[in-house]
Amino acid sequence: MLVVEKNNLSYEIERMVKEYGSDRQSLLQILQAVQKKYKHISDFAQQEIARMMNIHPVEVYSVISFYSFLSTEPKGRNIVRLCKTIACDMAGKDAVETAVKRELGISFGETTIDQRVSLEYTNCLGMCDEGPAMLINEKVYTHLNPEMAVNILNEIK
Amino acid sequence: METTLKTSKKRTGPVLFSNYQQAYGIKKAIELGRENILLELKDSGLKGRGGAGFSTATKWMLSAAANAEKKFIVCNADEGEPGTFKDRVLLLEYPELVFDGMVIAGFTIGAKIGIVYLRGEYEYMLPLLEGFLNNMKEENLLGKNILEKEGFDFDINIRLGSGAYVCGEETALIESLEGYRGEPRNRPPFPVNTGYLGYPTVVNNVETLASIPHIIYKGGEWFKKNGTDKSKGSKLFSVSGDCGKPGVYELQWGTKINELLEIVEAKNCKAVQVGGASGVCLPKSQFNRSLAYEDAATGGSIIIFDENRNMLKILINFMEFFVEESCGQCTPCRVGNTKLLEGVKNIEKDEYTFSYINKLKELGKTMQAASKCGLGQSSPNSFISILDNFKEEIFYSNSKGIKNVKA
Repeated sequence: MLVVEKNNLSYEIERMVKEYGSDRQSLLQILQAVQKKYKHISDFAQQEIARMMNIHPVEVYSVISFYSFLSTEPKGRNIVRLCKTIACDMAGKDAVETAVKRELGISFGETTIDQRVSLEYTNCLGMCDEGPAMLINEKVYTHLNPEMAVNILNEIK
Repeated sequence: METTLKTSKKRTGPVLFSNYQQAYGIKKAIELGRENILLELKDSGLKGRGGAGFSTATKWMLSAAANAEKKFIVCNADEGEPGTFKDRVLLLEYPELVFDGMVIAGFTIGAKIGIVYLRGEYEYMLPLLEGFLNNMKEENLLGKNILEKEGFDFDINIRLGSGAYVCGEETALIESLEGYRGEPRNRPPFPVNTGYLGYPTVVNNVETLASIPHIIYKGGEWFKKNGTDKSKGSKLFSVSGDCGKPGVYELQWGTKINELLEIVEAKNCKAVQVGGASGVCLPKSQFNRSLAYEDAATGGSIIIFDENRNMLKILINFMEFFVEESCGQCTPCRVGNTKLLEGVKNIEKDEYTFSYINKLKELGKTMQAASKCGLGQSSPNSFISILDNFKEEIFYSNSKGIKNVKA
């Protein structure tokens, strides 16, 4: 990472710590904010958060590793999460899954080379009556069929 | 189709979906005073709607009696049980019920701060809910001296989860709010004594809180007109799977599974999963059971399977869910779920003996007894009930290796 980038990241984290507070109960909110902006929480970011909150970096890492929406590895600009729980599965998740994989040329758990999309599975999205469902970032799309899902994915930047 | 805000369909139901106007419950609560609210609540017999079914009045009384400089109300909106989506409907279409319920709870136990723990998957609701809270502030339903009542201060913050099913367990939820890994704590001490940041905390399900304004405004007597002796009032059922009309239904406690199947237009139904992945799977012969705390208990999730579904595949889906969502803190749950999943996969590959299956069922019972929290205690339910109730399909059918006919 370039020094300029490091400085910017430190500055941004400092701003977030100021916004949410440096108490331990703000940690998850800060991590969510970093994840949202930088699509992952790098080693350097973890150390900076730990330093500013006065906790051990391992504490930060342990929290990140617990939550499925937080990651230490870079993700694409858009994170697509396809629900694989029972109701969506019965409603035709498999077909959507295959179509999406083919269209993007990647498997679930991977990111496209241009960093546009990361594909992931998720557990129940609470859209069981409208499945199959997927989240793109924080937006939820329901009643999917393979063609629709691919069209939606092709539209996101 | 992107789903954000629903044009609110006209819903009808005996309690939650009956008429209510914002703030009426709060006004009535101020008139009644703290003790009368607790009495009214006790009279109503309201029990927690998240699934555990603990008496709400008792929970409130314990925390109201606690002596502490700060107290908290937490709304558990970490709805993650497969097949459950009633909280989504309540939060999107009836936020006034949930938030009024929190304000009344704060007034009753003497808490100044309410926190909504909203699951990360529901982040799209955030703008709507925050806008709604701002309106409440403008109308003096939140903030200082609510409705001119001296010293009645209450504020609501929304905090997001980050995709962990186990955070629906109340102590895990509190750990998460405090910025730690969402690992359940030992209970006791219960959150009513030692909760968020060590202060007395009432953690209530979205649906429980949404029932409060109705009970306070219309009375406990009115509330318990519905339901059975041990399960008062009504329940929101999230119905999904093989049926004509999936969705959220408000029905009385005590409704028979058969009746529900008819309402949602389910045909050729083979099995019904009551209570989500952590609930039990009932075969046709048990469809005359009623949905109530004392019979087929549920947090509201009803998943319907028709004749064409492969029960073993369904069980694999459930067990994969638990293996992923177990927090890994205690061994019965972490290792147990992995072993059960391995077992189901072995059954699928037709590599098993019946003594192996019996061992696994025993393991399931050990997990029910030895796991630290509700996740591990209830995850073997579907394993045991599906293998018991559908053994003809899974073990005796001729399409499988082991046959029930002599060679």
